[in-house]
Amino acid sequence: MSGGAFGRLTDPPASIVVVGARVVDPAGQTDEVRDVAVVDGILADGPAADGEQVDGRGLVLAPGLCDLHAHLREPGTPGETVASGTRAAAHGGFTTICAMPNTDPPLDSADAVTGVLEAGAGASCRVRVIGAATRDRAGHEMADLEAMAAAGAVGFSDDGASVLDPAVARSVLESLARIGLPLMEHAEDAELAGAGVMRRGAYATRLALAPWPPEAELAVVQRDLSLAEATGARVHLTHLSTAAAVDAVRDAKARGVKVTCDVTPHHLALTDAWVAGSRRFAWEEADPHQERAYDGSCRVNPPLASREDALALLAGIADGTVDAIATDHAPHPMERKTGPFEDAAPGLIGLETALSLGLAAVEAGRLDLAVLLGALSARPAAIIGESRRLEAGTPADFVLFDSAARWRVDASALASASANTPLVGMELPGVVRMTVAGGRVTFRAATR
Amino acid sequence: MTVAAAPRTWDHRHLLDVEGLSRGELERVCDLAVEMREARAARDNRSMLEAETVGLAFYEPSTRTRVSFELAAKALGATTVDLVVAASSVEKGESLVDTARTLERTGVTTLVLRHQSAGAPQVVARATGMRIVNAGDGAHAHPTQALADLLTLREALGPLDGRLITIVGDVVHSRVARSNIHALTSVGARVRVAGPRGWVADFEGWPGVEISTTLTDGLRGADAVMALRVQLERGVQLIGEAADWRLDSERMEMAAPAAPILHPGPTNEGVEITSELANGPRSLIGRQVENGVPVRMAVLALLAGAA
Repeated sequence: MSGGAFGRLTDPPASIVVVGARVVDPAGQTDEVRDVAVVDGILADGPAADGEQVDGRGLVLAPGLCDLHAHLREPGTPGETVASGTRAAAHGGFTTICAMPNTDPPLDSADAVTGVLEAGAGASCRVRVIGAATRDRAGHEMADLEAMAAAGAVGFSDDGASVLDPAVARSVLESLARIGLPLMEHAEDAELAGAGVMRRGAYATRLALAPWPPEAELAVVQRDLSLAEATGARVHLTHLSTAAAVDAVRDAKARGVKVTCDVTPHHLALTDAWVAGSRRFAWEEADPHQERAYDGSCRVNPPLASREDALALLAGIADGTVDAIATDHAPHPMERKTGPFEDAAPGLIGLETALSLGLAAVEAGRLDLAVLLGALSARPAAIIGESRRLEAGTPADFVLFDSAARWRVDASALASASANTPLVGMELPGVVRMTVAGGRVTFRAATR
Repeated sequence: MTVAAAPRTWDHRHLLDVEGLSRGELERVCDLAVEMREARAARDNRSMLEAETVGLAFYEPSTRTRVSFELAAKALGATTVDLVVAASSVEKGESLVDTARTLERTGVTTLVLRHQSAGAPQVVARATGMRIVNAGDGAHAHPTQALADLLTLREALGPLDGRLITIVGDVVHSRVARSNIHALTSVGARVRVAGPRGWVADFEGWPGVEISTTLTDGLRGADAVMALRVQLERGVQLIGEAADWRLDSERMEMAAPAAPILHPGPTNEGVEITSELANGPRSLIGRQVENGVPVRMAVLALLAGAA
């Protein structure tokens, strides 16, 4: 278990004073060193004498992180539970995570949505639910979106795949235009993607792995942008991985289409060279190594991008085209990851390393700290109707972290029930000291 | 005669790929293979690997590679064990890694692995303590074939610096082609890949490799020509007219005079090469097979630290 203690949203509210932290509030556009006082779970106006004193000097205090895309695997699929996944979230600084519906059975009914919300009620992080857009997540028949919305779903997705049938996608968007919630689209044309397991490019040719063409993503992005424009519905494109898709979103936003999008930490920091054994970030020179090649922990869908794409995703965050960084936290038991690369289950865990990968990009001068924190908190929160402002009188919801400290990713020290990430063994910047969600301390690092 | 101890150390535990072997290392394997050929003829070195147990795990069919590995191991005194995949626990769904660990526990020290998935040898190398020799993984690599081809070409042409070798056919699906590209460019040869666009275009920008999309251009001036097997068994579709790409004596006139022809076998005769050419005086196909045993002896000896 990670070096620290976990709390729950049902714990008594906290009273603490964080002294002398650098407080970065992207939505409020402030960045200043000050104290932050919490009285009975509520942010106080001005200094407070009571409560535990926490030394925040040298640390950053930012609004609680919000993940639009996490797989908690309940019900029916292995690798994680709501309990373990929300601890991983708290360990990573998240105070809200959205559970994706590709479970067994899929979350395609009001009862299923309610079940996950109830499981998350006493957890270490708020859990929101993305309902399946179609029945059985099969892509052919619209699910009961209104009932799921009434039960608390904050968006809809057939994640793992696009809404397969374009006519059904249109019906879904027509309904969502009335309901006012977004379609969270996994943009991938299954037929164009074919058997592809690795981004098409020089490394895929070298490794002779079936290539995944970037057009597979762009085809559905273009379809959905057209449908969003035609129906007036909101489309959120999740885990975009190609420069062309980000360009298409940039153009659509300029036309006034109601589109938002996210990218994952691994698509902006890791590249296809990692499949060839490299362990250098996108902005560094790759160091492929044949004995590290074909590691199933690098198999993910969409596949790790080319260096040019990763840099385009970073540029998209910097210029605001990309609204959010979302983890696509996809836990898998190790036995589904240790065989030949092409047989490995796609996906990697991300909740506990997302902030660190973002901070690595900040250290490298590729992102501004406030922009990174906005993309991890206020901007994704707005997409699901939450706010993230460090305002007096609102429930305390923040993460306190040391951006300069380093930690080694140790599989046995992760709070997630799975450890499928190629980052295991690497040293990353950014150590979370405390996470406060809804006025409760949900994670606190062991004092050293 | 007995092979003298080589002066340099060999610091690769596995042979996963040709990529990563230096020119000096490639030449060392070839030099040692020449000595091994003589030693084998003289029935020397018959206890060099007597402490070794070499496992042969072939998940795909093979004649020449499997047989030559077995003979190579036996010629150096190793015990060999053949995992007959169809009659093993693999048929009961045992995973690659579990099977490999089982072989390791039974005492296998070096595993010769052929598998349909690219990268399978890397996976087993990380999961076990055995030395791994890649005997072909998907479309990725076939290092001992490339080493045998390198020795064959070296013996036919002399030093390969600046010589032009054309590889014709379904390059993108060929592990033999990828490994030969690495080996030949590493020793200073020029490599040209020739085939329909869909079979060669992905190699655009590969260091030291030229691309031709017509057979005439591809063969022009080539010092040697390597035909590839069309991987019909992998569901590969012939692009365009197969006849446009079939090598025959007339087309070989575009190449350098008497330029030899190679093919990793087994040939689809009449598809990628005519029977007349495959069995004619330019053909080195028999030499490639003959060189397979001494090259594999050299590889096994080097990995075991015995040479």
